[in-house]
Amino acid sequence: MMTIAKSFKESATRYCADLTHRAFIRKGLTGYEAKRDENKARFQSWETARQAAAEIKYEVINHLDRYLEQFVKNLEARGVKVFWAGNAQEARDYIAQVARDNKVRSIIKSKSMTSEEIHLNEALIQAGFEVFESDLGEFIVQLREEPPYHLVFPSMHLTRGQISEIFQKKLGTKPVQEPEELTMIARRIMRQKFCAADMGISGVNFGVAETGMISITENEGNARLTTSLPRIHVALMGIEKLVRRMDDLALFLPMLATAGAGQHLTCYNTLFAGPRQRGESDGPEQMHLVLLDNGRTNVLADAEQRDSLHCIRCGACLNVCPIFRNVGGHTYATTYGGPIGSVITPHLRGLQEWKHLSFASSLCGACSQACPVKIDLAHHLLQNRRNAIQQKASAIEKLMFGGFAFVMRRPGLYRFAAKVARVFQPLHGLIQGTALDPARAWTRTREAPKIAKQSFTDWWRERQKTNHG
Amino acid sequence: MKITLFIPCFIDQVHPQVGISVVKILEKLGHTVDYPEEQTCCGQPAFNSGLWDEARAVAQQALKAFRNAEIVVTPSGSCGAMMRVFYPDLFKGTPQHDEARALAAKTWEFSEFLVKKLGVTDLGASFPAKATFHDGCHSLREMGVKTEPRELLKHVRGLELIEMNPPETCCGFGGTFSVKFPMISSAMGEGKCAAICETKADYVISLDSSCLMHIQGMLDRQGKKVRGLHLAEVLANSL
Repeated sequence: MMTIAKSFKESATRYCADLTHRAFIRKGLTGYEAKRDENKARFQSWETARQAAAEIKYEVINHLDRYLEQFVKNLEARGVKVFWAGNAQEARDYIAQVARDNKVRSIIKSKSMTSEEIHLNEALIQAGFEVFESDLGEFIVQLREEPPYHLVFPSMHLTRGQISEIFQKKLGTKPVQEPEELTMIARRIMRQKFCAADMGISGVNFGVAETGMISITENEGNARLTTSLPRIHVALMGIEKLVRRMDDLALFLPMLATAGAGQHLTCYNTLFAGPRQRGESDGPEQMHLVLLDNGRTNVLADAEQRDSLHCIRCGACLNVCPIFRNVGGHTYATTYGGPIGSVITPHLRGLQEWKHLSFASSLCGACSQACPVKIDLAHHLLQNRRNAIQQKASAIEKLMFGGFAFVMRRPGLYRFAAKVARVFQPLHGLIQGTALDPARAWTRTREAPKIAKQSFTDWWRERQKTNHG
Repeated sequence: MKITLFIPCFIDQVHPQVGISVVKILEKLGHTVDYPEEQTCCGQPAFNSGLWDEARAVAQQALKAFRNAEIVVTPSGSCGAMMRVFYPDLFKGTPQHDEARALAAKTWEFSEFLVKKLGVTDLGASFPAKATFHDGCHSLREMGVKTEPRELLKHVRGLELIEMNPPETCCGFGGTFSVKFPMISSAMGEGKCAAICETKADYVISLDSSCLMHIQGMLDRQGKKVRGLHLAEVLANSL
């Protein structure tokens, strides 16, 4: 079987050669960049806002136990059933059990990357339930039977033509080109599904500890329908998604909208505080909150990388990442792609299997600069590399860099080695580009640098001699 | 002022004219330049590959070479960042942590040293040509150097500076990344070269010869005529 790292390389090779894909993603993100910058400029100071957000998250994550207890106590007081899920299996089992207990047949979902993380749809479908994604982008990738391409823009890799094609194939509709017409097709189907569903599953953007509320932010209104029409609402939330109080949302909601989608605010922002209360006329009869660990406490235990739990899943680091823009979202083969995914996946799913993501980076740092909550992403990639090597170093690398260190600790040997290399360099031309060329990973697309006739050190020595001679 | 130079290994061996230009500029400004010959490499290739023990062994050589220096100036944002930003991490919890921090505190990238420390922006250089500027990621994001080279280039006679679009994207070099993931590195390099060529500039100037090695290697392979130059080479042009 092909290893995960090997299939990453294969997919990267394929996508990197795909110039249409590269141009398409660049075009899409150029529009986002303009809107993002426009809305960043509406903040009095984006940098101060980032600092404030990072500090709030720092406080919450470093006292997560306290804030979680406060949050859960408040929710339970209003009749929300809270389930603590240690891992994906426990979360899936609980949700399926709630569905069975309540004789649910049809489930509607709004967008939730956490549900992707635990592969909830597959589990529920296998358990005999109909599961339907109601976010337009998610609906499209669900029809295509592929995972979301991007945390925030699940179907950004698809052209209108491709969307129309899958609608024709799976829904039997006529070919259309206009976005409005495509949306109407999805809308007609979704309305039926909303009315038929007995259970709605949503994610959570922020949990407000002080009031015991969950905040959901969206642009299509589908999350409101998902959470209010069916008789049962199940919200799925990573334990790190907390803020302290309502005031914090005044910062985080515009920040998430700006960094995530280049919007001032998303169109619909809703706070949920429990199921239908006595005397109320609408809302679900039951509300469940599944709090998911699934490896997050591993990150919490790592003081160096604990700030990775600040993440608000805005996707800003993906959008600026030159790796993401070239290899594409599906190459990562993770729930969370891009820089944040490369940082946290090794913690969530195993360092040795996922370390290649931390090595597949030029460490340019655009991600750290873009992150609204100031996660030190680029440096965490370096730490993952170090941890991976400490745990299990490859013998070849140990030998290579051992040799490198041996030479570089001996200035005389280093200068001698460079002279030898210069003498032999002309011979490189004979094998360049062939299977014998040890530098072919470089020389396939780039000319090799030439060692100079006189090194700087030699020039310096000569000059010292002349000056003092 | 007595200035101690750190000339990174690939500048020493592949681009010695960059080091020579730096010496000429600093001496023209009336400073004494020193070059301790015990220096070799900053250790970044091993550090970035996750082999911190090996990186530390190499970095110790740098600690030794610059122990007595008052100020260390290097014509590389990348190796400068290694010493200023990463040495304190690398030596954390070792007896040499303080020494590493001391070296970090006295390390300067060449252009920021000229502008921020010496207050020099006009060296009287002349370079009549069209050029664009490539921000090395380490100089830009780890060392926070962006305006300094532009300030210096603004005063070069006859030089027309055209910014590329997008201006701050990585060239794709990334050290060992360029050979571990050559397909991604090359795709990024293609994007960078296209942005450079779009400006119709004859030269691409940078603070990092390592980025330039990647960019030039690719431009040459593509048969493009654009030449890469280190900022120091431009500033020393008419000295």
